[in-house]
Amino acid sequence: MAKDQLMDYQKALETYEVVIGLEVHVELNTNTKMFCGCANVFGDEPNTNVCPNCLGFPGAMPAVNGKAIENSIKIGLALDCEIAATGRFARKNYFYPDLAKNFQTSQYDEPIAFEGKIDIEVPSGKVFTVEIERAHMEEDAGKLTHVGGSTGRIQGAEFSLVDFNRAGVPLVEIVTKPIYGAGDEAPELAAAYVRSIREIVKNLGVSDARMERGNVRCDANVSIRPKGQEKLGTRTETKNVNSLRSIERAVKYEIQRQAQLLSQGTAIIQETRHWHEDRGATSSGRPKSDADDYRYFPEPDLVPVQPSKEWIEQLRATLPEKPAIRRKRLQELWGFSDLEFRDVVNSDLLDEIDDTVKAGAKPQAARKWWTGEVARIANSEDKDITELAITPSQVAQIAELVESGKLTDRLAREVLTGVLAGEGDPAEIVAKRGLEVVSDDGALLEAIDKVLAEQPEVLEKIREGKVQAAGAVIGAVMKAMAGSADAARVRELVIQRATEK
Amino acid sequence: MSEITPELVRHLAGLARIEVTDAEVAQFASQLALIVDSVATVKAAVNDDIKATSHPIPMANVFREDVVRPSLTQAEALSGAAESESGRFKVSAILDAD
Amino acid sequence: MSFVNKSASELSAMLASKEISSVEITQAQLDNIDRLNPKINSYLTVTHEIALAQAKEVDELRAKGEKLSALAGVPIAVKDNLTTIGIETTAGSKILKGWIPPYNATVVQKILANRMPILGKTNMDEFAMGSSTENSAYGPSLNPWDLKRTPGGSGGGSSSAVASMQAAIAIGSDTGGSIRFPAAVTGTVGVKPTYGAVSRYGLIALGSSLDQIGPVARNVMDAAMLQDAISGPDAMDATSLPESLGSMTEAAKNDSVKGLKIGIIKELTGEGFQAGVSERFQEALDLLVASGAEIVEVSCPSFQYAIAAYYLIQPAEASSNLARFDSVRFGLRVMPEGAATVEKVMAATREEGFGPEVKRRIILGTYALSSGYYDAYYGSAQKVRTLIQADLAKAFEKANVLVSPTAPTTAFLLGEKQEDPLAMYLNDIATIPANLAGVPGMSLPVGLAKEDNLPVGAQFLAPAREDARLYKVGAVLEKLLENKWSKKMMDFAPELRVN
Ligand SMILES: [Mg+2]
Ligand SMILES: [Zn+2]
Repeated sequence: MAKDQLMDYQKALETYEVVIGLEVHVELNTNTKMFCGCANVFGDEPNTNVCPNCLGFPGAMPAVNGKAIENSIKIGLALDCEIAATGRFARKNYFYPDLAKNFQTSQYDEPIAFEGKIDIEVPSGKVFTVEIERAHMEEDAGKLTHVGGSTGRIQGAEFSLVDFNRAGVPLVEIVTKPIYGAGDEAPELAAAYVRSIREIVKNLGVSDARMERGNVRCDANVSIRPKGQEKLGTRTETKNVNSLRSIERAVKYEIQRQAQLLSQGTAIIQETRHWHEDRGATSSGRPKSDADDYRYFPEPDLVPVQPSKEWIEQLRATLPEKPAIRRKRLQELWGFSDLEFRDVVNSDLLDEIDDTVKAGAKPQAARKWWTGEVARIANSEDKDITELAITPSQVAQIAELVESGKLTDRLAREVLTGVLAGEGDPAEIVAKRGLEVVSDDGALLEAIDKVLAEQPEVLEKIREGKVQAAGAVIGAVMKAMAGSADAARVRELVIQRATEK
Repeated sequence: MSEITPELVRHLAGLARIEVTDAEVAQFASQLALIVDSVATVKAAVNDDIKATSHPIPMANVFREDVVRPSLTQAEALSGAAESESGRFKVSAILDAD
Repeated sequence: MSFVNKSASELSAMLASKEISSVEITQAQLDNIDRLNPKINSYLTVTHEIALAQAKEVDELRAKGEKLSALAGVPIAVKDNLTTIGIETTAGSKILKGWIPPYNATVVQKILANRMPILGKTNMDEFAMGSSTENSAYGPSLNPWDLKRTPGGSGGGSSSAVASMQAAIAIGSDTGGSIRFPAAVTGTVGVKPTYGAVSRYGLIALGSSLDQIGPVARNVMDAAMLQDAISGPDAMDATSLPESLGSMTEAAKNDSVKGLKIGIIKELTGEGFQAGVSERFQEALDLLVASGAEIVEVSCPSFQYAIAAYYLIQPAEASSNLARFDSVRFGLRVMPEGAATVEKVMAATREEGFGPEVKRRIILGTYALSSGYYDAYYGSAQKVRTLIQADLAKAFEKANVLVSPTAPTTAFLLGEKQEDPLAMYLNDIATIPANLAGVPGMSLPVGLAKEDNLPVGAQFLAPAREDARLYKVGAVLEKLLENKWSKKMMDFAPELRVN
């Protein structure tokens, strides 16, 4: 559906109630895969981190990664879930070329964690409690590359290539219960929820949580129903939404699309849909049907997981504070206004700023650098801020150089460019590029005298007490010093010199 | 009598990704009907109070250390494949050409 | 007398005393295989060079005085559903023709560690689905006692090889009787250990919760030595037992059954059993009683549902286990006519690559697991396992071991049951309960049936982890029978004249 055919968003929400449900897949950052000892790393040569098990070779058998179990329990606990006394793996049977065994080893009726909840704050400041139905463990599939036809698309491809390096990477799938009552904030809630999940798994240290690498992936279920109607509407499941912004856009798009269809009297088809970032639209995928018979049954090659109470309590004791509590603490600690803090959260920079402050920067300076210059560069390069080659500690170093007067803001921006270009740490770049503020008064006075001699009328004005006239001289001096001077010091010296003369 | 119809056999063969000829469908339908009638006796043998046994020897919590073990080489991984390209397994198009 | 008639334990002793070399034994064994296999079809692959190289190596080690395992230098046959690096592994299926695995099954690894030369890979029903090897894509194996008859299945390759002196010992796998039934009809000894006693890693799975690897031999001691060599915990198989079950070799040295309580399973005697089978079975019991054993009758009423439960669970698990044969990563690929999607390629490959019995069971298993039927079929079948375990637990309160004939009849004619799957499934009536319950079972030859002069087997069952009891009673009964006959079971076998 073309964008101009969608129903107006506000109009859609006047007529329909929105119900969403979110399934988030989190890739764990264990050393090895879920069921074999192959390395769990991103970006290696294809089919080099594979063994008989993750290739589904005849005779191979799975062996459960204990660390993955531990991490899954931690996620469950962080989401206030119950941890199952007995959890079991099950086989989910379906054929697909990226699924080596043609069944996914997953969990079915005995997930490791269930019945949790999490508070989510949306940009307006409103807080929603999202109920978690379950969090279960499973394995990732391999990666398909489609060749021929339009680039990389499955439609029209001549053939496909399969790399099984990712096959068997441990996943935790977190499934919410249906979320009612978010109204026009449903899209923001969806994005804020995924942001919170990311934050949790990152703080737990159980996932790299990089959405651009697919470490965190979201399937968004959306249905709408006429206000007042009891029966739930037919839902669609939008897959392939791999950025927070896309989640928000995809949910909004689906609301508008479904509203348009319903208002025309067209029924919604229960199906999976694909999100297209470029077009900002979803398209029809595979219809759900009776053919989706996964024939789940308990994995006979694995024995049940029965975590002891002691183990669970041990793990609970290691949990970091909850996102909502942490936010409250950090806002107080940093002294940010509500607006400033929300801006930080919505820009997804909480961790960066926290780490920058921990590295010694003043909170406001850390905020200014991340939400200002760094964010601007990321934006202009169309990158996620985490993809930029700069660390919180480097930002802290730059802030410190400015704070101590060794760098002007302008020089600091140049240093930042150097860091992003991989030239080294801020101090090295200052030295290499010769960017330090000229603190030698002799050099400054020389430049000031030269300018004052060229502009006697200004000199006169200053002497008469019209101090604001000094601005013109300061500007010229700064220019003459190629910016490597501290403007405040120049000002002091100009006034001193003018009165002396 | 059992519910094994030719249509059901086709549906099941589809789920199991087996192309079946008409002759096979007819043959499987009649053989499976007999087998299913015979094995259906299990339904009468049990009730809700009986627990299911999926592992003959009860065990739990068998875990592996999270330590990397050697993988196969790419050549070993691909050695049995019908077709490969650029270090990957090659398969026909997933979707029908329109 | 040729080396090939010697048992593994005899060969072991001769090797240890340097009376013979492993190369000599292996060469003699290979010669006999070259003579007989074209007729009997026990082996799908014979690995002449590999076996001789391994034999040479072990001889050199022995010459150097290296400490070697008991079976070092004794050649062995391996069922073709175990993966072997560099050796074609087909599981009797066309879909795997030509597949050379890049990894070894744990059991194969153990055989290599024990320095036993591998003679080759033995024939079997495709993916171990069958009781006669007639479902092998590479033709049936023949029974050395009567070449018109089946050597049993699915491990008819291993049983016929051992019975025809093409190997002293062999590896089998037993999902519903595939070691024990072939042993019974070829006059050999076959043991299905406790579930998990032997690692399944590298065993091409049929029914994962039922499969167990075990020894095939010509006497109890050989089987015991082989079980000791291949069993033990394995990190690659999460269902493998963490503890050792003790030495079977020691158990097989037992010479007394005094006070042993042997439970006859009421449901597995009498009606439905061939007269000659029942007669020999009774005779064996009489011998045991005469030696001081006590016979008690036990009842396992749930056994009547065993075949039904088995033919739900095993096809269900198999339908999932065999899904990986899809033409993508290994094995056959069949391109259908016209523009082919990967889905069509998979379906065409599986249609052509799988035989009718495999397709039949995959479809049956798919049905048993499909939504709406799961509870009635797969779920109920898993409950029947609970009942069978309970029956056995009760029976083992009254008896130390249980006994029945291994099979209702002696070897049947090739082709006799091929068109009637249900009749074929009935062969497994006595063997299946052990797989459903996970307990160990042994089939031991007890003589020839009067009416057809074909071997009869008795099956002993023990509680889980009590495999040693089987070897204890088996060793004594074997000796009692040999004393009675004044010869060994195999000495009754007709001499094979093959061109
Ligand atoms: Mg999932
Ligand atoms: Zn692997």
